[in-house]
Amino acid sequence: MSMSRTAVAAIALSTILVAAACGSEPPPPPAAAGGGVAVDTATAGTLTGRMTFIGTPPVPQTLRMAGDPACSTGTGSPSDAVLIDANGGIQNVFVHVKDGLDSKYSFPTPTDTVVLDQVGCRYVPRVLGLRVGQPLDVVNSDDTFHNVHGMPSANVEFNEGQPVQGMRTTRTFPIPEVMVRFKCNVHSWMAAYVGVVAHPYFAVSASDGSFTVAGLPPGTYTIEAWHERFGTQTRQVTIAERGTAEVAFSFAAAASSN
Amino acid sequence: MTWLHRYARVLAAATLLLIAAGGLVTSTESGLAVPDWPTTYGQNMFTFPLDGMVGGILYEHGHRLIASGVGLLTIGLVIWLGYVERRRWVRRLGWIALAAVIVQGTLGGITVLFFLPPPVSIGHAGLAQIFFCLTVAIALVTSAGWRRPDVEPVDDPVLSRRMVTLTAVVFAQILIGATMRHTGAGLAIPDFPLAFGALWPSSWTPDIAIHYAHRVGAAIVTVLVIANVIYLRRTWPNRRELARPAWLLVALLVVQVSLGALVIWTGKQFVINTLHVATGAAVLATSLVITLRTFRVRVADALATA
Repeated sequence: MSMSRTAVAAIALSTILVAAACGSEPPPPPAAAGGGVAVDTATAGTLTGRMTFIGTPPVPQTLRMAGDPACSTGTGSPSDAVLIDANGGIQNVFVHVKDGLDSKYSFPTPTDTVVLDQVGCRYVPRVLGLRVGQPLDVVNSDDTFHNVHGMPSANVEFNEGQPVQGMRTTRTFPIPEVMVRFKCNVHSWMAAYVGVVAHPYFAVSASDGSFTVAGLPPGTYTIEAWHERFGTQTRQVTIAERGTAEVAFSFAAAASSN
Repeated sequence: MTWLHRYARVLAAATLLLIAAGGLVTSTESGLAVPDWPTTYGQNMFTFPLDGMVGGILYEHGHRLIASGVGLLTIGLVIWLGYVERRRWVRRLGWIALAAVIVQGTLGGITVLFFLPPPVSIGHAGLAQIFFCLTVAIALVTSAGWRRPDVEPVDDPVLSRRMVTLTAVVFAQILIGATMRHTGAGLAIPDFPLAFGALWPSSWTPDIAIHYAHRVGAAIVTVLVIANVIYLRRTWPNRRELARPAWLLVALLVVQVSLGALVIWTGKQFVINTLHVATGAAVLATSLVITLRTFRVRVADALATA
């Protein structure tokens, strides 16, 4: 009798623990992809712009990678969290159409794979965009251990080991989410950010801070720009038929300066 | 000193080392550096190559190896107690410790597999302290000083109540600290000794509340320790078995509060963070030792034949 009570108590405890651990329900399947109308490329316009930094750029933190000989550069190397060129252009700002896209449009899910590589114990690229349902390959090009820890809030969290060079982990994200953080817990400095969006209108700023989003149907949109340290900003932009609109985002230093 | 007592002390020391190693894991955010459990990157944890212990794997896998060692030591203790210990309640204490370390290992696995959910991680941190207290208690009750005291043990219900209160408050304070740690609220208040430049924060979030509660807890523990040591000095001035751990408690408290301040001032430097966790456990264990010694007459004698 006491054994069965113990067993019941153990099962109850396990259930409670697993329930506490699991927490939320699994996310729903991808939303229906619009109203079936394709964007008329003949009338589509283009959005261009530049991300600039105002003020004195923060000094990059020096990463100490000595914990893993396969990563170590001896003297340490600068963090790539904040990259600002001599003219104030900010690299790795994710920009996307946040609102205003007509729901009549549909955008077939691309089948080509987006690659997030791990090279020299860094994620390359650090910031990238991905479509809902599009495969993302996370590759280990280093001769060391990595763990790929995806930390979404709307999609399902995961953590996979990549102990061997050349290993790849393929994931898709069924729910739009800006941004999904990726982390390697083996190498605490490693971070990447993936913007998962339901349409093709997104870009990541280049080293001079410039970006281009092409093929936008005419209309008025809310454009959001995101940077991992400087936060988010939005702008209203109107795209005329076959027109090109420009938008500028200016960021200032946040509290931390890495 | 018997070999069983020596063995129990080694287990208690190994457990403190294990708690420190666990503190190192959270302080370096390495808890998920090994994504699988009980295997390590698909390999048997005992055959995982040493040259693979890089970065966060060193801390997480090292923690698991030390935990396995502590588990084996606990099994050894239970067997040893079963052979040589006449007091049934001490043997039972060994079994409870074994059950605790098994549950503790399982909690450690669950928290890794479910990406460190705070309730499980906090439970893991809390049970670690309980298991440590069990090992310290076993080491104490297997000592010659406990079994054959040179002088009549202190029998002071007031002191007992005071020490039980202190030990319970220290444990609660550690749980609040674990909650702060596992919810990322360690720097929710970035300055010390003030909080946002004032004694009372002007705005509150759950993180600030947890953090502030930990500071209030530290103040309460400090007051209780001072009050209890003063009481002890006045009431039992010549009892070395109480005075020595009491002074150790004061010293540990000073170190612990200093480390708490340094955690803030260094922005959670991982060595400081880890020492803060380990010293907290040492404060709890020291308070427990004094508490148990004040119960020696009433409880141990009552259980002498049990």
